[in-house]
Amino acid sequence: MKVLVPVKRVVDANVKVRVNADNTNVDTANLKMAINPFCEIAVEEAVRLKEAGVVSEIVVVTIGPKAAQEQLRTAMALGADRGIHVETDDEFASLSIAKMLNAIQNQEQAQLILLGKQSIDGDNNQTGQMLAALGNMPQATFASEVKVEGDSVIVTREIDGGLQTLKMPMPAVITTDLRLNEPRYAKLPNIMKAKRKPLDTVTVESLGVTLKQHQNIVKVAPPAQRQAGVMVASVEELVEKLKNEAKVI
Amino acid sequence: MAILVIAEHDNATLKLDTAKVVACAQAIGADVDLLVAGDDCSAVVDAAKQLTGVRKVLVADNAVYGNGIAENLGDLLVSIAADYQHMLATASSLGKDVMPRVAALLDVAQISEVVEVVSEDTFVRPIYAGSALATVQSLDAVKVMTVRSSAFDAVANDGNAEVVSLDGVFNSAVEFVSQTLTKSERPDLGAASVVVSGGRAMGSADNFAILEQLADKLGGALGASRAAVDAGYVPNDLQVGQTGKIVAPDLYIAVGISGAIQHLAGMKDSKVIVAINKDPEAPIFQVADYGLEADLFDAVPKLLELI
Repeated sequence: MKVLVPVKRVVDANVKVRVNADNTNVDTANLKMAINPFCEIAVEEAVRLKEAGVVSEIVVVTIGPKAAQEQLRTAMALGADRGIHVETDDEFASLSIAKMLNAIQNQEQAQLILLGKQSIDGDNNQTGQMLAALGNMPQATFASEVKVEGDSVIVTREIDGGLQTLKMPMPAVITTDLRLNEPRYAKLPNIMKAKRKPLDTVTVESLGVTLKQHQNIVKVAPPAQRQAGVMVASVEELVEKLKNEAKVI
Repeated sequence: MAILVIAEHDNATLKLDTAKVVACAQAIGADVDLLVAGDDCSAVVDAAKQLTGVRKVLVADNAVYGNGIAENLGDLLVSIAADYQHMLATASSLGKDVMPRVAALLDVAQISEVVEVVSEDTFVRPIYAGSALATVQSLDAVKVMTVRSSAFDAVANDGNAEVVSLDGVFNSAVEFVSQTLTKSERPDLGAASVVVSGGRAMGSADNFAILEQLADKLGGALGASRAAVDAGYVPNDLQVGQTGKIVAPDLYIAVGISGAIQHLAGMKDSKVIVAINKDPEAPIFQVADYGLEADLFDAVPKLLELI
């Protein structure tokens, strides 16, 4: 069976971003970029399913600028078999991304679509659920365990207050949470091999979907900075201040 | 036009988050209706109709809605969407699961984790783990949103809304297998007025017992940093941070937590922050109102004695 794994190029998780001078966006020029951490977990899960003999082909897809091919190569170095790059310099709302992915799924007919629960730039947490709705597929978000059984998939999800397990027929959409797995590091021979794996580049227009603008970004501002308070010398002083100054205990 | 708020509950009790999302709806300004979809959830309906300012409580009481299956709940929401200009849910695991699905079925965008209402179509939301705040204007006819409840103050309980039954039953191919919820006598992390959190420096699961005692003494909830969760000291639903719970209690006590960006994003809106850490350079001290440089295994027992 085939797995489709959409991935996104984002600012590396360890880099602190700043708002640009005219308050229209964050300044991402010259920052270190990487595959979104949740997407990397999705790639790893697909590779583990392939190693377990459940999956026969892993297709990774990204929508983004020319440089996003780096992230497809990273995913292929981890074990994906081929890549699809929808090349565009535009930024899209999650719904438009989901429409493009749905068009690709219609061509690929994957049994499972594994993707990160959210990207760490927009923090939207929407694309997987939207893709499931558009493709009339069941969804399992925030997965911490994935088991394929025949034509069904059984997914344990991280929900508020605990864990929930659902069973659903495939094709299905699964979004990954932090604790699903720990992604491996790509080995050098695999990085070299990934350079020769097939990668198709297509345009947004070729997908034949109608997209529209759903929102305007009015402004982007830095959050209010919290002022550092005082250092206290002892537990006694702390308790005294909490009682008499802050009045919270 | 009216606003629909999706109630957050466990079929027995209404979560305080809902009263906060109703406050967000009132900031948008229009009639506010509440949807209670669940299984055998009449106690929730009784609580929901008392929320101040709610016009109607719509009730879909059926086994298909008992476990929060996104497909079933999503189709129910789409079936009543024509009456509403705004549809709001808590940015909880349920709201995040269902609302993007509803938005896609209505062919509109979704706005996640709203923390401020600017006008009926313009909202503020954090991006990049709270490193920036984006003000977003929706161009869609229906605004489907999730709301970060910690950013709003709960409405009171002196209402008496009309209750209306919905008879739509939507079922899907998704099968509920099981659910394990952590049972705790302590208040819910998202609703507690005091949160005591521990980090990697706690050293072991057993050592968290002293923080439990402190939380109990203050009538608060227990939390943890991602490092403590990853180390297996506590279950993952206690994680405070960008990828865990976002909290804003009156008092937040961070014990042995260095203060990674991703943790700060989950608690920096707390009213009073106390940090206890033996590393004077720990970034947590830069956001703390009261910092104590001390070994937590000396300081916490002493704190327990003095409070």
